[in-house]
Amino acid sequence: MQATADHRSAEVVFRATGLTKIYRMGDVEVHALRGVDLELRAGEFVVLLGASGSGKSTLLNILGGLDAPTAGRVECRGHPLTGAGDEELTRFRREHVGFVFQFYNLIPSLTARENVALVTEIATEPMAPEAALALVDLTDRMDHFPAQLSGGEQQRVAIARAIAKRPDVLLCDEPTGALDSATGVRVLEALERTNLETGALTVVITHNAVIARMADRVIHLSDGRIAGEERNAGRAPPSELHW
Amino acid sequence: MSVLHRKLLRELRQLRGQVVAIALVMIGGIGMMVMALSNYNALSQTRARYYAEYRFAEVFAQVKRAPLPLVEAVRAIPGVREAAPRVGGFVNLELEDYDEPITGQIVSLPAPGDPELNHLFLREGRLPVADNEVVLGEAFANVHDLRPGDPLTAILNGRRQVLRISGIGLSPEFVYQIRPGDVFPDFARFGVLWMPREPLAMAFDMDGAFNDLALTLTREAREQDVIDALDALLAPYGAIGAHGRDLQMSHRFLSAELDQLQVMTTLFTTIFLGVAAFLLNVVVGRLVSTQREQIAVLKAFGYSRWEVGLHYAQLVLLMVNVGVLPGLALGAWFGRGMARLYMTFYSFPFLEWSLQPSVIALAFGFALAAAALGTAGGLRRAFAMAPAAAMRPEAPPVFHHTLTERFGLGLLLDPTARMILRNLERRPLRSLMSVLGIGLGIGILVMSSFQESAIEEMIGVQFGFAQRDDLAVTFTEPTSARAAQELAALPGVLRVEAFRSAAVQLRHGHRSYRTALQGLADDGDLKRVLDDQLRPAVLPAEGLLLTDYLAGMLAARPGDLLEVEFLEGHRRTVSVPLAGTVREYLGVGAYARREYLNRLLDEGSALSGAWISLEPEQRASVITALRARPRVAAVTDRAAMIGSFRETMAESILTFTLISGVMAASIAIGVVYNASRITLAERGRELASLRVLGYTRGEVRALLQGELFTLSFLALVPGFLLGLGMSWLLVQGFVSDLYRIPLVLPAAGFAIAGLVVLAATALSGLLVRRRLDHLDLVAVLKIRE
Repeated sequence: MQATADHRSAEVVFRATGLTKIYRMGDVEVHALRGVDLELRAGEFVVLLGASGSGKSTLLNILGGLDAPTAGRVECRGHPLTGAGDEELTRFRREHVGFVFQFYNLIPSLTARENVALVTEIATEPMAPEAALALVDLTDRMDHFPAQLSGGEQQRVAIARAIAKRPDVLLCDEPTGALDSATGVRVLEALERTNLETGALTVVITHNAVIARMADRVIHLSDGRIAGEERNAGRAPPSELHW
Repeated sequence: MSVLHRKLLRELRQLRGQVVAIALVMIGGIGMMVMALSNYNALSQTRARYYAEYRFAEVFAQVKRAPLPLVEAVRAIPGVREAAPRVGGFVNLELEDYDEPITGQIVSLPAPGDPELNHLFLREGRLPVADNEVVLGEAFANVHDLRPGDPLTAILNGRRQVLRISGIGLSPEFVYQIRPGDVFPDFARFGVLWMPREPLAMAFDMDGAFNDLALTLTREAREQDVIDALDALLAPYGAIGAHGRDLQMSHRFLSAELDQLQVMTTLFTTIFLGVAAFLLNVVVGRLVSTQREQIAVLKAFGYSRWEVGLHYAQLVLLMVNVGVLPGLALGAWFGRGMARLYMTFYSFPFLEWSLQPSVIALAFGFALAAAALGTAGGLRRAFAMAPAAAMRPEAPPVFHHTLTERFGLGLLLDPTARMILRNLERRPLRSLMSVLGIGLGIGILVMSSFQESAIEEMIGVQFGFAQRDDLAVTFTEPTSARAAQELAALPGVLRVEAFRSAAVQLRHGHRSYRTALQGLADDGDLKRVLDDQLRPAVLPAEGLLLTDYLAGMLAARPGDLLEVEFLEGHRRTVSVPLAGTVREYLGVGAYARREYLNRLLDEGSALSGAWISLEPEQRASVITALRARPRVAAVTDRAAMIGSFRETMAESILTFTLISGVMAASIAIGVVYNASRITLAERGRELASLRVLGYTRGEVRALLQGELFTLSFLALVPGFLLGLGMSWLLVQGFVSDLYRIPLVLPAAGFAIAGLVVLAATALSGLLVRRRLDHLDLVAVLKIRE
């Protein structure tokens, strides 16, 4: 167990107030968020814990500028994201945010290296794709296509793709959801290493309570509301996690 | 190369089946357009160059006989640049070993000092030197294999004279060679000859005179003013009215052909473009749906909607342009072939053919337009898709019981059929689009098959119902009624129907039209006029019948008074009621009872010619007897003319039907194959799940192929209707006073179109079968919905 760094005095990256989101799916109206207030600080490793349907993904999408809330405000480093136009949001994502998705969402027609290059090509001060892949231990699989990689490898490519632009924020949606425990641990190790080495605010959403032990801070989400929040005394190394 | 470009190329490879399907459609569309356009350009450029270099005259006039010094007065008319007096007429020709009646149109060559208009192009030999030498028209010479030095017998003004061929030539005046009054060219029985003026004038009793005039005009001249002045000047000499190129026989037919080509180009291009656009629409729409997540990821990582939109636009452009170059090549090849074929119909000395940059640009423009039309929707969706929405799976489709089931017929269906029907009903719009796409393929096939049957219908009506003689005889000039009795007395002649024909200018209000007014026997059986139901119509005791199309051109209705100006004889102008209209497909005309026409002309019972029916075995002897009669100007054999026309047309119709059939089939196959690929892509997961549940390969195949065949069968009737509609459009585009094409679609055309599409369906089923049999069952289960 390692001591958590104290981020309480660090700069606030995200400040959300009264976030509400309602969307329609087919004939159904879904209340995904029902008034969420939240502050996330630079360098923090935060786990958003909640059951499926608790609104985690929606919250992450709104923080990442992928989606807009129905009501409420969210700002990043003092700049409001709510009400920002498509162009502003695109620039925000391009310059500041790295995403990791549950199903990796690699482009199947591109190799690992090219999937990373897809992002470095449009970033301002990116790492070399090779360096990003080295960070996730994939140097020898760089020229493989997604279909030739295992699930864990694909997810590590996705992490390399997310960190290669040196984002301020790394947003991970169930990054181990589709993986077995051992593979999941390797992915989490890659995330932790990135968090420590790049100092990016890292937000991981999961329904897997075990993962919460590696966070600085754990936020419980239930039925679209924040049900509770706790600060770990120390961050457990991923290698100690089993599920 | 950026990573996005690499993605583009790899996906293009992955989509190659659909790329090929689209390429097929583009090849068909562009091929058709380039063929029609390059053929049109070739014909119009060749004509323009031929007219300019060989100095085709601009105004033409015929008189009975006018003294040569009158030409000076003609030259003095303001606007006239050059005037060439000529002698011309029709003669009967005889060839050894060829017993059919042959008509020759003989035209004088310029005398020394005359302007060289309608200049001859000599393919072989030289211009005549001796008095009995002639240049012979190439088309006729080719059919009979005549060469310079060969003899030719002509009956000039009743005197048999042996002529010698000095050369083989062509003239811009006779690009389309057709005997006046005929509806089809007959190169075996009609030929053009050129002879020096002096000996020709002697033969025709035209010494020091002319009976034909060709003019060119100055740049500023107004054609109609010159024609009016000319008519006034020539009226005392038996003129039948001067006219411009628009009424010159050869030019008129050639222009009609060019107009027809233009209509075809426009219409076919529009239809093929529509189909291509439609197909692209389906493919790109589908592509955007399957790539929802990729679009979301690109946007999530900060690619702007413009970059994403551009990426897919590039993909579409690449897909579309794959078909452009082969389409260009194929179209150019066909276009050149068609132009060569036209050369057998039209007598041009050379063929100017080139694939112009504008045509190439248009082909690419066509591809772009198809892409833009077809993909705007899909691209807009890629452009506008919100990243978070794209991340969520599409809402699951809602299923209902099918209409059939709701009508209580569900028990009649086995589970497979039920699944097929529910699937088709679940996405009614997409099913409708597939049916429409396949229907368009069927429609194009139907449309491309109708030309031959339409021409057969025209021949059948014209020569089966309306004109039923064995021989048509025309006299050199109006002749007394006794001539008909003489013909009837010839052994072997069964029936004689005399007619009177007079050149007239018809006027109604400010509209006018020049045609022949034919006076027919009121109980005619060899020549009948037909009503709008194509039944024999009764000739009115008073007044005229007009072809319905001509009545439309003159905006005249039954009961209206028409002004009829006779262009011969006393040149009377009379007011005559329009008694009714008749229907014919070829040409337009005016008809009356012969006695009524004689009365209008204020003459006795004069005849212009007669229709004859014969005992078949006496045909040769009747023809020989007719030849011996000096007053017989021409003898036309109806059956031989139709036979020769069919022979000439057969190749070009076959070629055209084949070419358009190939293009249409390529489109139909492209549409069907594409539909099958899309169905497989959309249903792959579901079909794999069925396999996992224990369905056999055969059962799963039946499901997919059943769906494809259901779509194709559903498309048959709409496809036939579309074919009917498109053919109707084509027919409307071709309407002119020269001919109206009847909308006759043969059952075989529908049957072939249907069979091609069903065969394409079966073939597509086979092509996707390999993919279907190798569905990755495990992978399918792992991927989330």
